[in-house]
Amino acid sequence: MERKPIYLDYSATTPVDPRVAEKMIPYLTEHFGNPASRSHTYGWTAEKAVENARDEVAKLVGADSREIVWTSGATESNNLAIKGAAHFYAASKGKHLITIATEHKAVIDVVRELERQGFEATFIEPEPDGLVDLAKFNAAIRPDTVLASVMLVNNEIGVIQDIESIGKICRENNVIFHVDAAQATGKVKIDLETLPVDLMSFSAHKTYGPKGIGALYVRRKPRIRIEAQMHGGGHERGMRSGTLPTHQIVGMGEAFRIAREEMELENARIRKLRDRLLAGLQTIEETYVNGDLARRVPHNLNISFNYVEGESLIMAVKDIAVSSGSACTSASLEPSYVLRALGRSDELAHSSIRFSLGRFTTEADVDYTIELMKSKIGKLRELSPLWEMFKDGIDISKVQWAAH
Amino acid sequence: MAYSDKVLDHYENPRNVGSLDKNDPHVGTGMVGAPACGDVMKLMIKVNDSGIIEDAKFKTYGCGSAIASSSLVTEWLKGKTVDEAYEIKNSAIAEELALPPVKIHCSVLAEDAIKAAVADIKAKQLAAKEAV
Repeated sequence: MERKPIYLDYSATTPVDPRVAEKMIPYLTEHFGNPASRSHTYGWTAEKAVENARDEVAKLVGADSREIVWTSGATESNNLAIKGAAHFYAASKGKHLITIATEHKAVIDVVRELERQGFEATFIEPEPDGLVDLAKFNAAIRPDTVLASVMLVNNEIGVIQDIESIGKICRENNVIFHVDAAQATGKVKIDLETLPVDLMSFSAHKTYGPKGIGALYVRRKPRIRIEAQMHGGGHERGMRSGTLPTHQIVGMGEAFRIAREEMELENARIRKLRDRLLAGLQTIEETYVNGDLARRVPHNLNISFNYVEGESLIMAVKDIAVSSGSACTSASLEPSYVLRALGRSDELAHSSIRFSLGRFTTEADVDYTIELMKSKIGKLRELSPLWEMFKDGIDISKVQWAAH
Repeated sequence: MAYSDKVLDHYENPRNVGSLDKNDPHVGTGMVGAPACGDVMKLMIKVNDSGIIEDAKFKTYGCGSAIASSSLVTEWLKGKTVDEAYEIKNSAIAEELALPPVKIHCSVLAEDAIKAAVADIKAKQLAAKEAV
């Protein structure tokens, strides 16, 4: 049997921690009750498990458990937060939204949908290091700005935005502040007791929990109101109807409990591995790290290899599971909009790879990856006429290329 | 994206990678494509005094299909006359490598590279004659 590629795509999703899976199973078979059933022990058992999990999620992020609403994942949380608050407050505050050009599609496309519904939106371009300039953010605020949405940790380049400062600006201007924290839990300390954030989205499967479950934090003091997007039995205090998936919720609770207890040690270990990977890859000439290195989660390394074409690079690294800066659509190769927003050329955006490390990454994985990249990049560059020209001292940007 | 076995073979084991001396009067060079488009091919042919292509080398910046197309034509070119080389059609390259429709442009680029290399060697030969 062919050996499986080494998994370095933890920002796409993580395996469920075996401790989490073990805790979930009894809630599929034995404790299968509906947590909304109030008249018998099946329901009570399930409800108790759901509320324990809610406590665990709240504890990881410094919230009150009554501020946590279960959803199907971060995409739903983002939809519920942004559409829900924008609709509720449009009449009183206005119809202008602010977000960042490098947000996840689950924020950008929600804002675009609201634009179709008559809202106006400002998409702030980040600085070349991926971070938002506070003065630019401040300048984007208008009297009719109702809501701003900024992610805590970027999924592609791993940079950490200054949520505290951005939140303060929002407070001063009476703007509701939503934060997508899908990539942040277990990686960055979050304390909603002190952070000026009104709404925050979470996902379980980026933090060793199951797919299909997430949560939305909705601040109680001062109270934030949102319009439900899903109507039905009035679950989750009317904010999100639908029978609660007890086993998924138990999984998310256990995953977040483990994250709270182990993140400090785990992040130190992963940082060492990431730095080892970075040092190894930087022995390759003409490599460029995308995004700020200091204000970044230790799990992420996004790096471009110059003079190597993106699609051939993907073919070359099939022994490791990573993400590329090119989205291979059926007809063409689209460079990452995040890297383009940082001002990277199409060529550098195409030739980028996101390595994301996690709980089960080993030093041997990292060393294998370094050697693989060295040999494959070397081979592709030997094939590359651009590399040859670069080595001959020719400035490729000044060459007149025949159009085709 | 699924590649044909032939494309994978040329990608894994490219034939005739390298360069020839571009100042050699018997060497013609064709460089086509542009980095912003994602493909650049450089094809070099060495033509003897009987007009036969003795050697061919390539370097390609591009996807697996572009690498395979240029690798394949270096094999085909050796032993052909310059005029025969000029007749190689992109459709033959695409058919041999079983390129999908979205990759046909790779075979077009390889044909363009041959034509550019042939034009270069003809210009060199003409210049040599005029010099005599």
